[in-house]
Amino acid sequence: MTVVVPQTLKEALAFSSANPEAQIIQGGTDLMVEINFNHRKPTDVIALRRVEEIRNYAHSSDRSKLIVGAGLPYQKMEHGEIAELFPALAQAARTVGSPQIRAAGSIGGNLGTCSPAGDALPVLSALDAEVNLRTETTSRDVVIHDFMIGVKRNDRQPGELIVSVTLPIIDGWQGYAKVGVRNAMVISVASCCLVIDRKLGTVSVALGAVGPTIIRCRETEQWLATKIDLKSVFDVAPSLLKEFGDRIANESKPIDDHRSTAAYRRHAVATLSRRLLLRANTK
Amino acid sequence: MMPNTEIYNLKVNGKNHEVRDAWVGESLLYVLRERLGLPGSKGACEQGECGSCTVIMDGQAVCSCLVMAATAIDAEIKTIEGLTSDGVLTEVQDAFITEGGVQCGFCTPGLVVAIEHLLDNNQSPSEIEIKEAISGNICRCTGYGRIFEAVQTAVATRRAAK
Repeated sequence: MTVVVPQTLKEALAFSSANPEAQIIQGGTDLMVEINFNHRKPTDVIALRRVEEIRNYAHSSDRSKLIVGAGLPYQKMEHGEIAELFPALAQAARTVGSPQIRAAGSIGGNLGTCSPAGDALPVLSALDAEVNLRTETTSRDVVIHDFMIGVKRNDRQPGELIVSVTLPIIDGWQGYAKVGVRNAMVISVASCCLVIDRKLGTVSVALGAVGPTIIRCRETEQWLATKIDLKSVFDVAPSLLKEFGDRIANESKPIDDHRSTAAYRRHAVATLSRRLLLRANTK
Repeated sequence: MMPNTEIYNLKVNGKNHEVRDAWVGESLLYVLRERLGLPGSKGACEQGECGSCTVIMDGQAVCSCLVMAATAIDAEIKTIEGLTSDGVLTEVQDAFITEGGVQCGFCTPGLVVAIEHLLDNNQSPSEIEIKEAISGNICRCTGYGRIFEAVQTAVATRRAAK
């Protein structure tokens, strides 16, 4: 087994292009568990912890988007500019593991692992984020919905590195909610992100841990936009709120597993989505 | 850059250590305990859930079980053994004793490191900030009450020492 610790993105891309099958390690919070328990024994490892270029964020030139480096630890999203621009991302980051995990874990790791329970992934989905993937000679942007293919499966090709995600800055309310077995240090049993675009009068709802990958509730989104005027302060009648949650639950595809049951998860996403819509309504 | 070899160096508690004849996929926790003779950091869950292996790496509290040791070759690592020298206890360690924050003791090194890290960055943490800072450290004996008291005592002692 070999381990390389490149110091620059250029160096990292050279390594990954030269050894396309190498295992990439970002914060290690997921991969090291598999290695500690002998579930995985990589031959070659490329560690990205020293690549400063992907541990930062920047505005796009027209300032309509934020480009977040794949290696930026969740800790850096809990407060400051990212939290102001993307409250839902800050809320999701805040629910990741513990302070120790948030000091190491990153969006790049979440995307690389592509677990349906990845905490940041519903936020990326609701925001229609784009994932930037590079090799030494290529660079492509893939919309998040095409990037996440299934349970722990994504569109990253051998030799590619996940470099950044681009998030559109949206005028309107956004929030994230999650259910786990306790308040701290849990993997989500069900999660939900709701984003309202006040300019376009649209809503996005994405669900985590209730399907093989993140689910966007497009039918309910369109239905809700016909029921209330999302461009202004709106009222949600109790009957409408109930139907909203029911429709969200219908779009989820949960299973029974060691963490919860399908029935509970369906109930949870209905409740979480209703709560988020109510919270949106009070702003 | 780490060459393709099984000998590498780690800087722990200000001292350089050579790690040889080790599989390069080993966790930092394993290397600290089994290769470098630093058994203070405890191994319990080995999946980042219990916090008993907490160390400071480049100024951040992290779970050493989730760090691949060979990737930490240029990091400044501080373990429970490096908090103090000559057997003098830190304010936090002393407060754990006086407040009865230790029962079986297995979680204690991780908690002490996490709390030292908190107090180094926040001299007067609120109750919620203390809870947040140790939310990744699981103790099954104390019920945390005496640990919170130990933090308060350490805060007061540190303040008085200024």
